Amino acid sequence: MNPFTLTRAASVDAAVRDFSGHEAAAYIGGGTNLLDLMKENVAHPQHLVGLNKLPLSSIESTTGGGLRLGATATNADTAWHAEVQQRYPLLSQAILAGASPQLRNMATNAGNLMQRTRCYYFYDTATPCNKREPGSGCAAIGGYNRIHAILGTSDSCIATHPSDMCVALAALEAVVQVQGPDGSRQIKFEDFHRLPEDAPERDNTLQAGELITSIDLPAQGFAENFAYLKLRDRQSYAFALVSVAVGLELDGNTIKEARLALGGVAHKPWRDKAAEHLLKGQPATEATFRKAAEAVLKEAKGQGTNDFKIELAKRAIVRALTQAAAGEQKASDVFTNSNP
Amino acid sequence: MSTDSNTKYVGKAPSRVEGPLKVTGQAKYSAEFSVPDLVYGYVVSSPVAKGKIRKIHADKILALPGVIQVFSHENVPTLAWFDRSYKDDVAPGGSPFRPLHDDEIKFSQQPVALVVAETFELARYAASVLEIEYEQEKHATDVEALREKGQEPGSGKTGYKPPVRRGNADKGLSKAEHRIKQEYIHGTQHHNPMEIFGATVHYHPDGKLTVYDKTQGVYNCQQYLKKVFGLSADKARVVNLFMGGGFGAGLRPQYELFLSVLAALELKRSIRLSLTRQQMFSLGHRPHTVQTVELGTGPGGELLGLKHKAVHETSRFEEYTENVVNWSGMLYQCPDVHLEYEVVPLDVFTPLDMRAPGAATGSIGLEVAMDEMAYEAGIDPLEFRRRNYADRDQNEDKPFSSKKLREVYDEGARRFGWDQRKMEPRSMREGNKLVGWGMAGGVWDASMQKAAAKASITADGKLTVSSAAGENGTGTYTVMTQIAAETLGLPMEAVTAKLGDTTLPEAPVQGGSWTAATVGSAVKSVCEALGEKLLKLAQKMDDSPLKGAKPEDVEFVNGLIRLRKEPRQSVVLRDVLQVSGEREIEADSSVMPNPLNMQKYSMHAHNAVFVEVQVDEDLGTIHVTRVVNVVAAGRIINQKTARSQVLGSVVWGISMALMEETVMDHRYGRYMNHNYAEYHVPVNADVRDIEVHFVEEEDPHVNPLGVKGIGEVGLLGVAAAITNAVYHATGKRVRSLPLTIDKLL
Ligand SMILES: Cc1cc2nc3c(=O)[nH]c(=O)nc-3n(C[C@H](O)[C@H](O)[C@H](O)COP(=O)(O)OP(=O)(O)OC[C@H]3O[C@@H](n4cnc5c(N)ncnc54)[C@H](O)[C@@H]3O)c2cc1C
Ligand code: SF4
Repeated sequence: MNPFTLTRAASVDAAVRDFSGHEAAAYIGGGTNLLDLMKENVAHPQHLVGLNKLPLSSIESTTGGGLRLGATATNADTAWHAEVQQRYPLLSQAILAGASPQLRNMATNAGNLMQRTRCYYFYDTATPCNKREPGSGCAAIGGYNRIHAILGTSDSCIATHPSDMCVALAALEAVVQVQGPDGSRQIKFEDFHRLPEDAPERDNTLQAGELITSIDLPAQGFAENFAYLKLRDRQSYAFALVSVAVGLELDGNTIKEARLALGGVAHKPWRDKAAEHLLKGQPATEATFRKAAEAVLKEAKGQGTNDFKIELAKRAIVRALTQAAAGEQKASDVFTNSNP
Repeated sequence: MSTDSNTKYVGKAPSRVEGPLKVTGQAKYSAEFSVPDLVYGYVVSSPVAKGKIRKIHADKILALPGVIQVFSHENVPTLAWFDRSYKDDVAPGGSPFRPLHDDEIKFSQQPVALVVAETFELARYAASVLEIEYEQEKHATDVEALREKGQEPGSGKTGYKPPVRRGNADKGLSKAEHRIKQEYIHGTQHHNPMEIFGATVHYHPDGKLTVYDKTQGVYNCQQYLKKVFGLSADKARVVNLFMGGGFGAGLRPQYELFLSVLAALELKRSIRLSLTRQQMFSLGHRPHTVQTVELGTGPGGELLGLKHKAVHETSRFEEYTENVVNWSGMLYQCPDVHLEYEVVPLDVFTPLDMRAPGAATGSIGLEVAMDEMAYEAGIDPLEFRRRNYADRDQNEDKPFSSKKLREVYDEGARRFGWDQRKMEPRSMREGNKLVGWGMAGGVWDASMQKAAAKASITADGKLTVSSAAGENGTGTYTVMTQIAAETLGLPMEAVTAKLGDTTLPEAPVQGGSWTAATVGSAVKSVCEALGEKLLKLAQKMDDSPLKGAKPEDVEFVNGLIRLRKEPRQSVVLRDVLQVSGEREIEADSSVMPNPLNMQKYSMHAHNAVFVEVQVDEDLGTIHVTRVVNVVAAGRIINQKTARSQVLGSVVWGISMALMEETVMDHRYGRYMNHNYAEYHVPVNADVRDIEVHFVEEEDPHVNPLGVKGIGEVGLLGVAAAITNAVYHATGKRVRSLPLTIDKLL
């Protein structure tokens, strides 16, 4: 870890200015990811702009009937917020399926979006990694890639985005509000994270110096028929091998509206609109779910040690859709483990 | 006066005496001691698995203000010449690893330099930018690929027993009605105690050192320092008062000891050195092991032949061995047995004993094979074991000093409800989950070592007992206190136990489950010696009712010395001390195992584990919902700490079965999941009901206390029982652990 300076910005403008005024600056939220990366010599910021004094920690309704999640609100405060629990239980479940209580108490919402991959090689400077050191190669290809991607990979990187929260946000069609040196803009969630292509060093479409100020949820929360299913190597405190976020709107047994996103399978939360389309207007039956699952994984490609994820993802999709259709997961039981 | 014996503590369940210190943060761990004027070290580890260090560009970081020195093979002073000087009590055969000895890289993550600076942060930063040029050579690290290169090892390591052969296994097998032959594999595991390895070395003005090191054996470390650095015992005191877990990782002197002492001596300054979690994966490991087991049974389900072979890696420089296969010649009755054991030298660090070394591994092979055999022969797995019960140790052709495994089976089956089990796989369900019941068991050595102890009692009736044993969280302080209090009839509050310090009488490393037997016996013996002195003083008192009594005629209970036959005839111990006029009365004693008994008897602890799993077949998830672990390990001194040991063992067994594995990328010869986020051990959610029960054995032969030790035996069979339960649930036999989701899909 290199020496660095730290300032705590009092306003969003000041934060953005402070960032631009320094070489190799970085924003820091809860620090639960960035500090680890600094200790392992993966990240080398010279200056940190602390965000926890910014007035961005609230959760409030938006004029459009949605909910605005402050960038610096913690994952814990967000998951346990009454409005989130009642109207967006899918998001609550997803957040609570991630990390541990201690980490969620520190982790911020913006930090969760910005967290970097857990690829073993990315974390170990003794091995080549294009994401860490562009052009050095990808050690995960042909290596130990149990936790790696099966969709949207490239020859330069097969890493996954590790977040649970983001899978729910993708399904809910959240919008990310950012402010940068050139003013503010909003980014649709599906456009926020990117695929590795030939530039895996870039996880998302945020420009240098841009600060996330909030994450906005639209009115539709799928509070009746939803599911977040996370499969992992132990029953808590492990990243997803595969996770599935589902939101359904049913008319009797007919699917009127469907959202389907996967975690642990790609460089970004993997929302599949074509598969959602296959579900719409169809009866909520296993056959329908299977068709959707097959469609999502049609282009999937295993990398060796992660081949199993293709079959696992299909089964997880069917199970999550079944649970959502049956209304098995309830807004009131976010506390229960989302494991099967 | 009451004859009630409330100072009878042995066999009860007192809480840990050091508990309050631990939960209030007062217990100090090795890297926590405050010493004035500290400097800090940070270790640089090799990124390559094999090769040479061409150049270390230390100048650049030495120019940073506050960086004091960079130690490496380029500037290390001349130390002990012979590599045997680096051998410790627990070293296997071969030539021990010598940190910073030369330019050669023998394994990935080998420590290659120590950066010392005025602050920890600076040392860490400087280490991160230290430029080192390596010359890489081709390495080989894959034991599965190279298992044909295995060779039967020599007997370089203390306690190693070469594989047993008796009768003619092939012939036995050829007569069998039913036969199985299968291969079982489990990956590498690292001890990973919560507390990171570290040391604080206090450099005193007179040049003497107090070394607070994370170790399971302070004397082992002191000997090492003596041989390597030429430090006489009075120049280097080694202390370890508490440990945040060891599991075997602290049996051998680890490189933080060498490096911190080197720096302290060279710089003449006190130093603190703490490894990182990643570096914890460079301290030795349970080897990746491939086992083949072949069994055959006759018409009555009797075993007619048994073959068991195991192969695992060792380093290029040391021949690490553990007893993997010999248990298979002992646990069940079988006339024709052929055991084989081989190691393959690879470019990795030497493996290191890890909780129930060898047996934890061997019991997976044997006990899963026994389950497979039971199914092949169509016999209930528990009944199958009963039919092949071994009444004698056939490996050594001796009777057991005691063995209540039959009672263990009965008790376990009753508590678990085994008779409700349906034999057929996939025959039990709960909701949409498949339910499986499996069992397995194991056997472990009941050992005792040589140890010394000291006891002293002051006029106010306060007793101190000491022996340089280790306490890696198992309850040694408490057990010492209980035994001392009971032997001299004092309340536990009046007793202070001291350990983990080379200024105390010598005790062996804490391992092999021998500490309670060894140190407990030493404490008992020294308290008895002190008791004899006290009796003599008591007899000198006017009108002493004890006049003429021999030590065996009296007992110490509830603060009294009294006649066994006439308990009313007593004197108050406190009065004896007061009247004697002595400020302090001391005794020393040492114990060793009884060679005659060892020759006559086979001394072993046994257990059986019954497990219920629930499996979601579609998703491949396994929940271990219920475990009953019954242990026969002689006398249980402390029901509470003993139960905790077995609970911890079950959790570890769940870990071995379902998630624990250090995965190496053989292209780099490097462990890739070397952190707590990706090296998985169970969390609370993975652990449900665990029931622990002890079947106590009266064993007059094993040692004066009759204890066999419970630190390791509880782990045996847990992983096998889970594997067997998963088979019962699903009909799928998984022979490669850990049993992760992908293996059930
Ligand atoms: C052991 C472990 C297990 C975990 N398990 C899970 C899991 O199962 N599921 C899961 O989803 N997550 C898991 N996490 C990850 C955790 O959720 C993230 O570390 C956390 O969300 C990051 O938030 P933070 O505020 O601490 O971010 P920081 O570490 O402070 O920052 C992370 C990144 O975000 C950037 N950043 C922070 N705030 C802003 C902002 N407002 N605008 C722009 N950039 C910003 C920083 O510059 C940095 O690059 C785990 C983490 C650990 C350490
Ligand atoms: S998968 Fe991506 S992050 Fe991992 S080694 Fe390859 S390039 Fe680096």
